[in-house]
Amino acid sequence: MSEEIKWESQSDMPLMAMSLGRMTVNKTGSWRNLRPVIDKEKCIKCGICWKFCPDVAISIDEEDYPVVNLDFCKGCGICATECPKDAIEMVKEE
Amino acid sequence: MKYTIPEQEIMCSGHKACQGCGATLAMRYALKALGPKTILTIPACCWSVIDGPFPYSSVGVPLFHTAFETAASVASGIRAGLTMRGDTETNVVAWAGDGGTFDIGIQALSGTVERNDNVIYICYDNEAYMNTGVQRSSATPWGAVTTTTPPRHFKKERKKDMMGILAAHSIPYTASASIAYPEDLIKKVNRAKETPGAKFLHIFASCPPGWKTAPELSVQLARLAVQTHVFPLYEIYEGRYYKLSMDPKKKPIIDYIKPQGRFRHLTEEQVAEMDKQVDERYDRLKEQAERSKPWFEKQKKN
Repeated sequence: MSEEIKWESQSDMPLMAMSLGRMTVNKTGSWRNLRPVIDKEKCIKCGICWKFCPDVAISIDEEDYPVVNLDFCKGCGICATECPKDAIEMVKEE
Repeated sequence: MKYTIPEQEIMCSGHKACQGCGATLAMRYALKALGPKTILTIPACCWSVIDGPFPYSSVGVPLFHTAFETAASVASGIRAGLTMRGDTETNVVAWAGDGGTFDIGIQALSGTVERNDNVIYICYDNEAYMNTGVQRSSATPWGAVTTTTPPRHFKKERKKDMMGILAAHSIPYTASASIAYPEDLIKKVNRAKETPGAKFLHIFASCPPGWKTAPELSVQLARLAVQTHVFPLYEIYEGRYYKLSMDPKKKPIIDYIKPQGRFRHLTEEQVAEMDKQVDERYDRLKEQAERSKPWFEKQKKN
C-alpha cells in the first residue's frame, strides 16, 4: 500500500481524482531537528507518549515499551513534554 | 498494555501537518472512535493539505474534498445517497476548520442542522485561517494577533459562540472537546455516532505556527485552555440542556497567555479584561448547567 505510484502514460491514470495509495510514502523524518530518546529505566509503560503523538510515529512493543519510528517522527517534542516521568529526552540531530 | 483510547490506527504517518499539529491529533482520535466505516467531507482548511497530494491519502477512509462553504451540504448529499442504497451504518462526517464553520460554511451547516440530516459535523478550531497564513476568523479570541489584526490593532471582537448558535437550532447533540483530553473526546464522538439526527462537535486544536508557540507545548496549551476556563468542555442535549463535562478549579489565565506569541503585546489591564470576559462566559454556562440538572436526573431515572 505504501509504495510509490507511477504511471507510464495518461491512460493509466484514473478518470477522476481518487486516493490510491497511503501517505506513508512521504518519509517525514527528514523534517526533524530534535530526536526523542527513550530511557527504558525511567519508563513506566503508561503509553501517554503513544497517545499524544500527532505523527502516529510511536508504537508499543511486546514488552510494552514505546518505540519511535524515526522514518516519520517530526521531532515536535510533545512526547517528551507529556511524559510524567521525564523518560524521553530530545537530543539534537547531527 | 491497557489502552485508555481505542488501539486501532486508521490515520497513517507521513501526513503533511506541521510539527506538533493539534488538528492532526483531533483527526487521529476522531477516526479511532468513528472506525473504518466512515466518509469524510473536507472543505478548504488545513486538513485539505495535511491529507496529502493526489493520488495519496493519509486518513485511510474515503475523503471528499469540497468547496469551502459546502462541507455540511455535501455531507447531507452523501447521507441521502447512502439512504437510497439502504446503507445506514456508515458514518458521514463533515470535517471543517473554524473558518469553514464559523464564517464561510455557516449557511450550509445551518441548513443541514435545520433539516436534521443524520451527519456528524466536526469543527476543529485553531482560532484563525491557519492554512492560508494566519488571518483573523470569527473564532479568533479577543486580544489575539493575526496577520490581519497586527499587534497595534489586535482583535477587539469576541469569539463567536458557535455552540450557542447551534443550540438555537435545537440540534439533538452538540459538544465541545479538546485534544488534551482524548478519552473525553472519544466518548463524545461515540455519543454523536449513537445519536440520530444532526450532531456538532467543536474540538479545540492548538496550532504552533499560528499561535507562535513551541510545538512541544501543543497539548499542554490545549489542557491549560480548559483549566483556565478559556475553552470549557460541555455538552448540549436537544439544544436546551447543558452539561459541563468537567469543572476544573480555575488556574490564572496568565499561565495560558504567556507561552503564546499571539498574546505577547497584551498589557496587564488587557489581560484582566480578557479574564473578565472568560469568567462572564463561564458563569453563564454554569448557570445554564445548573438549570438543566433536573432534566438529567429525570433521564437517569427513565
